[in-house]
Amino acid sequence: VVWSMLGNRQFCSYKMTTKTQNFCRNEYNLTGLCNRSSCPLANSQYATVREEKGRCYLYMKTIERAAFPRRLWERVLLSKNYEKALEEIDENLIYWPRFIRHKCKQRFTKITQYLIRIRKLTLKRHWSPFPEGSEEKALIAAQLDNAIEKELLERLKQDTYGDIYNFPIHAFDKALQQQDAESESDAEREEEEDDEDVDKREFVEAEDSELSDFEDMDKLETSSEEEQEEEEEVEKKASHSKSKGKTPLKGPARRKRPYIEIEYEEETEPSTKTKAA
Amino acid sequence: QEKLALKKKRKKEREALGDKAPPKAIPKTIENQRVYDETTVDPNDEEVAFDEATDEFAPYFNRQTVPKILITTSDRPRGRTVRFCEQLATVIPNSHVYYRRGLALKRIIPQCIARDFTDLIVINEDRKIPNGLVLSHLPDGPTAHFRMSSVRLRKEIKRKGKEPTEHVPEVILNNFTTRLGHSIGRMFAALFPHDPQFIGRQVATFHNQRDYIFFRFHRYIFKSEKKVGIQELGPRFTLKLRSLQKGTFDSKFGEYEWIHKRREMDTSRRKFHL
Repeated sequence: VVWSMLGNRQFCSYKMTTKTQNFCRNEYNLTGLCNRSSCPLANSQYATVREEKGRCYLYMKTIERAAFPRRLWERVLLSKNYEKALEEIDENLIYWPRFIRHKCKQRFTKITQYLIRIRKLTLKRHWSPFPEGSEEKALIAAQLDNAIEKELLERLKQDTYGDIYNFPIHAFDKALQQQDAESESDAEREEEEDDEDVDKREFVEAEDSELSDFEDMDKLETSSEEEQEEEEEVEKKASHSKSKGKTPLKGPARRKRPYIEIEYEEETEPSTKTKAA
Repeated sequence: QEKLALKKKRKKEREALGDKAPPKAIPKTIENQRVYDETTVDPNDEEVAFDEATDEFAPYFNRQTVPKILITTSDRPRGRTVRFCEQLATVIPNSHVYYRRGLALKRIIPQCIARDFTDLIVINEDRKIPNGLVLSHLPDGPTAHFRMSSVRLRKEIKRKGKEPTEHVPEVILNNFTTRLGHSIGRMFAALFPHDPQFIGRQVATFHNQRDYIFFRFHRYIFKSEKKVGIQELGPRFTLKLRSLQKGTFDSKFGEYEWIHKRREMDTSRRKFHL
């Protein structure tokens, strides 16, 4: 009906005639020609392939939706992979007329080919291996200051500088700070245990600290791991002793509290026992 | 903007999952994606070690020669270039600046060799700024031709340090991975005397990143065992290698070991030569 009105006889706004052929300007047209089988207006079941921003879509029109112009065309995104997309077209247009299926696939092939060509052309024009700001980006990626600092620290570790820098002192300070932080946050029980061991440790520390001093005098190397471990252990113990001396208020004060608490506990224990008995 | 939205989504998902979240994905960088260069030097490569023992820098690395550098410019240098040459001379120990009054390089070179110079640096100038550098190792050594960019003189660098002292600086060569990069690195190393004076606490760095070589000159202090502070003295510039010739500077008959051919070599954005 539609075709008999528009196509051949009367006026179709999409139709363009030339000497040899009639063309159809409708954007949903599959072949571009004005034919009975290619007219999207005249066929109630129709499909096309169109591309948008480099991606191809399969548009389908079925007779059930003829009453809803807004939902008329159903759109399916096709895969970027050529073969997969052909399979997708086949899946979606299964049971559809051979003509439409075939022409859809042809159109899709043409579209992908011209997209490839577009990509190649733009590549030849604008592609620059070292783009404008590449030096600055390389500079940022280089992170020169960090790299230099790392390298210098590496060289320090590997003892290329020899005896110039003495670092046990610094390590002591660090360990001190660590110890202070730890002892402040320690639980009471841990402090009790430490205190019980303190007396024992006092003797031990004195011997070890003397030894460690001598060791440091002899070997000024800071890089060997064993010595670092020893130093750390010594530091912890020494910092204990140091914290006693250096923080007179805090140290004894801290220890006073647990001492007091111990006494209370002892007092209460016998009382409960007597009560029970 | 879409990327920002995606990132936010991912963050939310990660927080929602808590401990079960998959480990953070490593972002792709150009360094990660770099096309593997077959000429990358393996530290244990014997062939490379043998080559280096017998190439033109062997006498330097065996401490038989002491570097003596001649710095000069192209004809009629302008103020900026002159000042840059002077600063470069303070950075590189045992270097001398001579003005070129229209003398051809081919004639200079025999004179330099006669006077015991080991290296020649020519700074090319264009429109009052230095833009090229030719580094030539003299007793018949390789010649490297660089394009120089982003030159900063000492007063243009934001720092409060004093001038570099006369102490011999240390040298850091970063990221020279391929054979070509290795030979260029050795060229740079040969400019400086082999025994740095650590008292001076100065370090000259040549850092290669994506075929750009960044030169920096710093003074360092070790604040503690794991912290070092650096302060930039000295000029800075970036170089890009244009060509490497086998013999001394000879533009017509020289045997080129490597030229940067724009069309052929720059095929991929992730392929670098140094």
